[in-house]
Amino acid sequence: MISYIYQLIKPKVISVKYTNINLNTDKVIVRPEYMSICHADQRYYFGLRDAAILRKKLPMALIHECMGRVVYCPNNKFKVGEKVVLIPNAPGKEISGEYENYRLDSVFSSSGADGFMREFVDLPAERLVSCEGIKPQVAAMSEFVTIPFHAANRFERAVQTDVKSIGIWGDGGLGYLTALVLKNKFPNAKISVIGMDETKLSMFSFVNETHLADKLPTNFKVDHAFECCGGGGSYYAIKQIIDTINPQGTLMLMGVTEEEVPIATRMVLERGLTLVGCSRSGRLDFENTMDFLRDKKVQNRIERIISETVEINCIDDIYRSFDRDLTNPFKTILKWNI
Amino acid sequence: MIYAAVLAGGKGTRMGNTDVPKQFLELDGKPIIIHTIEKMLMCDRFEKVIIGINPDWKSYCEDLIEKNIGNDDRIIVCAGGNDRNGTLCNIVDVIKEINGLNDDDIIVTHDAVRPFVTKRIIEDNIEVALKFGACDTVIPATDTIVSSDDGATISDVPERSRLYQGQTPQSFNIKLLMDSFNALTDEEKATLTDACKILVLKKHPVHLVNGEVLNFKITTISDYQLAKAMLVIK
Repeated sequence: MISYIYQLIKPKVISVKYTNINLNTDKVIVRPEYMSICHADQRYYFGLRDAAILRKKLPMALIHECMGRVVYCPNNKFKVGEKVVLIPNAPGKEISGEYENYRLDSVFSSSGADGFMREFVDLPAERLVSCEGIKPQVAAMSEFVTIPFHAANRFERAVQTDVKSIGIWGDGGLGYLTALVLKNKFPNAKISVIGMDETKLSMFSFVNETHLADKLPTNFKVDHAFECCGGGGSYYAIKQIIDTINPQGTLMLMGVTEEEVPIATRMVLERGLTLVGCSRSGRLDFENTMDFLRDKKVQNRIERIISETVEINCIDDIYRSFDRDLTNPFKTILKWNI
Repeated sequence: MIYAAVLAGGKGTRMGNTDVPKQFLELDGKPIIIHTIEKMLMCDRFEKVIIGINPDWKSYCEDLIEKNIGNDDRIIVCAGGNDRNGTLCNIVDVIKEINGLNDDDIIVTHDAVRPFVTKRIIEDNIEVALKFGACDTVIPATDTIVSSDDGATISDVPERSRLYQGQTPQSFNIKLLMDSFNALTDEEKATLTDACKILVLKKHPVHLVNGEVLNFKITTISDYQLAKAMLVIK
């Protein structure tokens, strides 16, 4: 079967590549239905990555946050019509104790291989997770939710002191979901969110308190911190965290920045801090996330960070969706019709 | 119920010297018709995917399906007729035989040699046929079309904005299509080049569905070379 792949061939230009999918393999074929745009997609789309990286990676289909419906399953592991979330990580060779997402030979869709902007996607059954019972627009963001799940898992392993208070720096989508996951995992901890935008902070109705970064109380302290800013905000967030975190606290680094960020290592040393870098997720995080998302209240909270759903009926709609995403405060969802 | 009909009755006489009908030519490792059947199978709304094939090539086609797709009880291969509408009538006869005919049954008819059809086009056909009874997949004409009565001089230059190029799928309420076909005179039947004209002659509206430029029909050697080239680009 000939399937269409919508590839970014250079910044802001998408072209179709045609590929042949065979049915006589053990792969499951999925028709993508809803996707969501990640900052990583934006950086490729608008050419904000280093020129050498763009030359190496493009042409490439974007998008790694996606849900769809099974249209063909040779091994009956899924029913035809079943709603599934696609796992973008193709794990490399297993090494004991290593998470699948950190293996050097793992391949990630929309980074080292084509993402999910395709007419059909064929994947091994173990790279799919059922999302029945979850609203499709919310399920489309599952990969995004797995990131804080993965970070929370690593935090639990790294933490050395009590978890009475957690600070989350970042008032965007990642900060929101991290707060939601941590509130669920650590219901007795005081969760504070620190951001730059009062309106966005007002969305965090379920946390204990929110603060503007430039109006942080002088005596503000947290046991542990999650940095969810990325970009130009990384430096300021990390600096403020190191100034306010209690001794032997754990600082989870989750925001992506293209720049190298100076860190006050003297203070890291003096306070015995643990810095943990987190990126992406693995199958176990997807399974845990699906259980989490089946809670209607959780779905309702996540729906609140959908800024807009854009119908994609042609390539021009893809261009429009990326432009819209630039100004949307939270997530842009794509209803994939092509 | 909703059925897919893959029309493959032709012998490929326009493809040059080859003895093999064009729908069986290989495209990236498998016959063109297999690509098309596989695309139809990706739509779970189809109760059956019925292939109308030239009777001389029926068993050959069945072998190819077995080899490339395996056993799928949604696939039925039947003998085609003398022309396109004859093949369509045979496919409808198969439907009557297996499930009978209901008032709201829909058939999505597609050329075997258009393997670049998309899921979107197929779904749009189903929706429009369910709602209005008949539709044709088209793209706006980009070249100026001229008509000539004598083949030597232009008789007319129709306004381009009103012209479209017809593709497939063409989709119909089956009862509406067959009732209209049976009501045609023999003279009218002799003028038919495609199924949509049956309804146009009977003044029933046929709605337009947006096609894709690359949902082209592999008819000539050049088309075939283009299709192969499109799948080579990595």
